[in-house]
Amino acid sequence: MAYRFDFAPVFEHTDLLLAGAGFTLALTAVGAVLGIGLGVTGAVCRAWKLRPFDRMFGLYVEVIRNTPFLVQLFFIFFGLPALGVRMSEWQAAVLAMVVNLGAYSTEIIRAGIQATPRGQIEAAESLAMTRPQIFRHVVLRPALAKVWPALTSQVIIVMLGSAVCSQIATEELTFAANFIQSRNFRAFETYFVTTGMYFVMALAIRQLLVQLGQHYVVGRAR
Amino acid sequence: MFVQFSTWDIVRNLLDAGKWTLALSLIAFVLGGIVGLAILFARIASNRVLQAATKAYIEVFQGTPLLMQLFIVFFGLSLAGIDVSPWLAAAAGLTLFTSAYLAEIWRGCVEAVPKGQWEASATLALTYPQQMRHVILPQALRIAIAPTVGFSVQVVKGTAVTSIIGFAELTKTGSMLANATFEPFLVFGLVAAGYFALCYPLSLYAKSLERKFHVAR
Repeated sequence: MAYRFDFAPVFEHTDLLLAGAGFTLALTAVGAVLGIGLGVTGAVCRAWKLRPFDRMFGLYVEVIRNTPFLVQLFFIFFGLPALGVRMSEWQAAVLAMVVNLGAYSTEIIRAGIQATPRGQIEAAESLAMTRPQIFRHVVLRPALAKVWPALTSQVIIVMLGSAVCSQIATEELTFAANFIQSRNFRAFETYFVTTGMYFVMALAIRQLLVQLGQHYVVGRAR
Repeated sequence: MFVQFSTWDIVRNLLDAGKWTLALSLIAFVLGGIVGLAILFARIASNRVLQAATKAYIEVFQGTPLLMQLFIVFFGLSLAGIDVSPWLAAAAGLTLFTSAYLAEIWRGCVEAVPKGQWEASATLALTYPQQMRHVILPQALRIAIAPTVGFSVQVVKGTAVTSIIGFAELTKTGSMLANATFEPFLVFGLVAAGYFALCYPLSLYAKSLERKFHVAR
C-alpha cells in the first residue's frame, strides 16, 4: 500500500509554526547583534595584540570552533547550573548563539581589520582625526565591508544551527514542529514544511543583510 | 537499581561512544566525498539541466538545518518502506549534507584554475575528459586540500546532531551519563574535550596546509 501524503494536518497548526519561526528569527536577531559585537571586541584584541586579551580570545575561538554547538548549548544549560548560574531556555539559547557567533566573527572580522594597510591609519592621524574617529571610519567600517559576505553566511549558519535549541525546550520553530508531529503523526509532512520555512528564512536573512550591508556598511566604506 | 559511576566509568563510556562519533565521521566524509565528486561533475558540466539541478541541491542543503535533513531522511526512508535504524539515517543524512558542501568547495577550486589553462589545453586538442584529468583536476586538487581538511571539522561536529535522532554517539552518551550521574558540568565538559581532541588537530593541519600552499603559489 502506497503512502498518501497529507499536508492538511500540518497547516492546521500554521499559527504554531509562524510563532515558532518568529521566535527563531528573534533569537537570531539578538544573537547576531550581540555576537557580532563580541566579535568586533575579540577581533580588535587579536589584531592589535592587546595583552592578555588577545591570548584569551585566541583560546576562546579555538575551543568554540572545535566543539559542536549542541554540546556548547548543553554545557550552558545543564552544566552551568552546577556553578550556580541558572537561566531560562531562551536565555541559554541566546547565550549559546552569542558565544558561538562571537568566536567565528572574531576570526572573520580580524581578517578584515588586518587587511587594512597601516598607512591608512597613519594618513588618518595626519588628518588630525581623533582615535574614536579613526577606529570607526578607517578601521572598523572598511573591515566590516570587506568581510560582510562571510559574516552574512555565518549569521545564517547560526540561525540554521538554532534548530537544535529545541532539545532544551526553547520554543522555536523546530520545537513547534516536534510538537505538531507528536499530535498529527504526520512526521514527514511536518518536517518537510518546516524545512521549507527554514529555507525561506535563510534566503530572507541573506537578502536583508545584503541590503543592510549595501546601505550602512559597504556603501559608506568607499 | 542504582549504579555508582566513578569518573573513570564516565571517561570509559565516553571513549567507547567516541568510537561511534569517529566511525560516523569517517563514513560520512568518505561517502560524502564520493557523492560530492559526482555532484561536482554535474555542477560544472555544460548541460544546463544538470547545472541547475545540482545548484538547487547544494542550495537546499546549505540553506536548511542539518537537524531537519536528518529528520526528513529518517522519516522519509521509513515511508519508502525501508526499515531505518538511527545509524543508517545518521550516515545517509550526513553523507548528503557533506556531499553538498564538498561539491561547492571543490567547484570553487576548479573555478580558481586560470581560464588560460582551459584555453591552452583546448589548443592542444585535448578532449574534455583529457583536459579535466591532466590539466584542471590536478591543479584544482592542490587548491582543494586545505579547505577540504578544514571542512572535515564541520563533519565531526555535525555528528553531534545525530544524537537527536537517537544515534548513541558521544553527545547522546554524554546526555545519558549526565542524567545518570547528576554531574552535567563534568560530563559535558568531557564531551566537549572529546570533540576538541578530534577537531583541533584537523584545524591545525588545515591551517598549516593553507600556509604551505599560499607560499608555494
